[in-house]
Amino acid sequence: MDMQAAQALVRFGLGRRGAEPAPTDPAGWLAGQLRGADPARIASAPSTAKGLGALRADRERRRAAKTAAATVPVTPGAATGSATAGGQPRPPVSLSRAVFDADAKAELDNALTTPAPFRERLVWFWTNHFTVSIRQGGCAPLVGAFIEEAIRPNVTGRFETMLLAVMRHPAMLLYLQNAGSVGPDSVAGQRSHRGLNENLARECMELHTVSPAAGYTQADVTNFARILTGWSVDLRAEPPGFLFRRPAHEPGTPALLGRTFPPDEAGGVAALRFLANHPSTHRFLATKLTRQFIADDPPLDAVRQIEGVLRDTHGDLGAAALALTTLPAAWQSGAKFKTPQELVISSARSLNLDAAAMPALVGILGGLGQPVWNAPAPNGWADRAADWAAPEAMMRRVDWAYGFSGRIGDNDPVELANAALGPLLHDQTLTAMRHAGSRRDAMTLLLTSSEFQRR
Amino acid sequence: MMMKLARRSALLGLGSAVSLFGMAGRASLALAAAPTEQRFVVVILRGAMDGLSVVVPYGDPALRDLRGELIPLLPGQPNGLRDLGGFYGLHPALANLHAMYQAGEMLPVHAAAGPYRSRSHFEAQDYLESGADHRLTSGWLNRAVAALPPAPASQSGVASPVGRALAVGVTVPLLLRGSATVASWAPHGFATPAPDLYARIAQVNGDDRLIGPAIAEGLRARGFAGEVMSADGAPAEAAARDKNAFPALAEAAGRLLAAADGPRIAAMEVNGWDTHVAQMPRLEQPLHALDAGLGAMKTALGPAWRQTSVLVMTEFGRTARVNGDKGTDHGTATVAFVLGGAVAGGRVRADWPGLGSGKLFENRDLAPTIDVRAVAKGLLAGQLGLSGAALAQVFPGSESASAMGGLLRA
Repeated sequence: MDMQAAQALVRFGLGRRGAEPAPTDPAGWLAGQLRGADPARIASAPSTAKGLGALRADRERRRAAKTAAATVPVTPGAATGSATAGGQPRPPVSLSRAVFDADAKAELDNALTTPAPFRERLVWFWTNHFTVSIRQGGCAPLVGAFIEEAIRPNVTGRFETMLLAVMRHPAMLLYLQNAGSVGPDSVAGQRSHRGLNENLARECMELHTVSPAAGYTQADVTNFARILTGWSVDLRAEPPGFLFRRPAHEPGTPALLGRTFPPDEAGGVAALRFLANHPSTHRFLATKLTRQFIADDPPLDAVRQIEGVLRDTHGDLGAAALALTTLPAAWQSGAKFKTPQELVISSARSLNLDAAAMPALVGILGGLGQPVWNAPAPNGWADRAADWAAPEAMMRRVDWAYGFSGRIGDNDPVELANAALGPLLHDQTLTAMRHAGSRRDAMTLLLTSSEFQRR
Repeated sequence: MMMKLARRSALLGLGSAVSLFGMAGRASLALAAAPTEQRFVVVILRGAMDGLSVVVPYGDPALRDLRGELIPLLPGQPNGLRDLGGFYGLHPALANLHAMYQAGEMLPVHAAAGPYRSRSHFEAQDYLESGADHRLTSGWLNRAVAALPPAPASQSGVASPVGRALAVGVTVPLLLRGSATVASWAPHGFATPAPDLYARIAQVNGDDRLIGPAIAEGLRARGFAGEVMSADGAPAEAAARDKNAFPALAEAAGRLLAAADGPRIAAMEVNGWDTHVAQMPRLEQPLHALDAGLGAMKTALGPAWRQTSVLVMTEFGRTARVNGDKGTDHGTATVAFVLGGAVAGGRVRADWPGLGSGKLFENRDLAPTIDVRAVAKGLLAGQLGLSGAALAQVFPGSESASAMGGLLRA
């Protein structure tokens, strides 16, 4: 395996799988993943209807339990009828939690074995760009569907297509609370005296599109929130899903960054198209993409090149991804530091483990400080090494690597190291591995080495 | 079934954060009726324990020239060797083992080695666990389990051999892999490496301006002395309370083995013996862990200690001479320990080859005079009643190493 192939596998991919054939044409291997259909196999088959159905059922059950508790007299023994003979009633299982567990596991399982790891990295990148965190109530059963419906189909398409899919998705509308935003002068607003929730409008401008560099004002944020009123979720429909609630929509055509848009639902669509293709958005996305694939502080000329591609192609994300692979800086090794998720997935791939062999992936990532789909804030997980390399975080990686390395079995650790890293492997690491007292110790040294933890 | 196991664990005093699971995919560590009340435990010391430092032949006149500053203080001095009958001295860290020796329950077997002469850790560990001079697909302890007479059906109707043997730790070592079903047990949470491995990880990452300082600081924050990172420092004692460290695992193993319907055979391992550098301080931690663990296991076994024998073995010994780093390199013969209430101890078993001129194996290592398979066969015969035919299957090609007698009390 030559340096180009090794770099393609770790920088743009998720690490080599065992001793799978290394790409003989690394650039072509990456480009091919962008052209073809996404080979992802998500075993849990996430869907918004399923997720919202779980959410609805959980809420109904909670409501029923509350009603029952309020109507049953509190008499010792009265509650223990034949249905709960001999024990406490079992706490209800959350359907939402069950959907989350299955979807989170299915997404990670796919990453273990996908033959298109570059494409998967793009899915991860855009999922994090458009963070939906289960810390916000109701989102847990929806993130998997959000990825499969709004992100994955669009990672090589136009940015505005992805943005529209994201902003109409119930997961995002619930996470950033647009679902309950009501225009003060709308029919519903006049009746209920409810008002705007600016959360989604603000984060869409700040985190998803133009960024504060565009110089927008509070008035722009408020007006964008007005434009987005009515973009909501209907839990009662069958199937449940996105609903434009016309009665909640603020009448009029408020200005956003000096532009006005048609009234009603079409106004939101037009405003999002405008934001998606704004020059500031191209600059912002180019910066984040180069930070993800080149360096924490990407060179300005690299940012400019990707920005130019996005501008010239009207936001073609596939073209931007391809352009990233042609930047010389992208082929300089070790500039990026793996997140816990990248470390764990690439470690499992190095031992060629599949989903059945890695049943506890979700729990592992929680222990390493990156719980799945649980970012603390809408800006998602950090993409700078310093945010992941705290001393205790490093110690947890070491401890996890040691535990995981018990899985090495009969494999030769030096062969594994050469297969995983090829010319990226340092002599110092190799020497330490050769002198290790056990295969497990040697594997631990590999997984905790600078060159394995970087990409 | 899992509920039952959890309750069982709680009964054993292991708390709620405990899992027991069968390795064959069937969670049937139902702790089946064991065919025997005899307990047998094997502890593998991975990384090659230096027998000449642990059971020191201080009576051998050639030792001083070879070892010099790596020799602990002689018996009778403060912090000196614990005497084992006037020729050998036990490393001062091994207080519990010495107490067992004095009680006639601990038997060092010196100048022992496996049937192979590899000096590769990985090869030699495989061979040691295979019980042969080449790699087999199963381990000798698993084959011994398979050779046990059938168990009487238990109350739950679970027949042998499920539940007879238990691997303690996150994985099942080759020693216990094979056709007989084996359970494994480990506390939840991440296991932690030995201080020596931490030190190597810190060293390998020393040049990384991000990871290097983070690991160094992380180790400091966890109570490792700064010196653990340097070449000649003493490892810290931070792992002492680690529930995945050997003392805690050994105590848990003792409790599981003591249970009326618990397993009867267990395998464990201790890492951190590969002392190429600064051997005197670096041996302290693994020796203390081993000693504390075996002491805790004895206590936890309670009256069942009387029916227990433990074999402690390592893949090979280390060079008789000190290397340039106050350490020793990969060698050949070393010491093994046999201990337990069933053991006829209180003496050292050896056919001492001597350390003088011309006595060393390949002019560098303690020469092997006892095949460690003979010790294992003696224990399997005496403790578990395996026949000669069964022993031949457990250790194929071991005709030259006949079962050692006299290891157990009559």
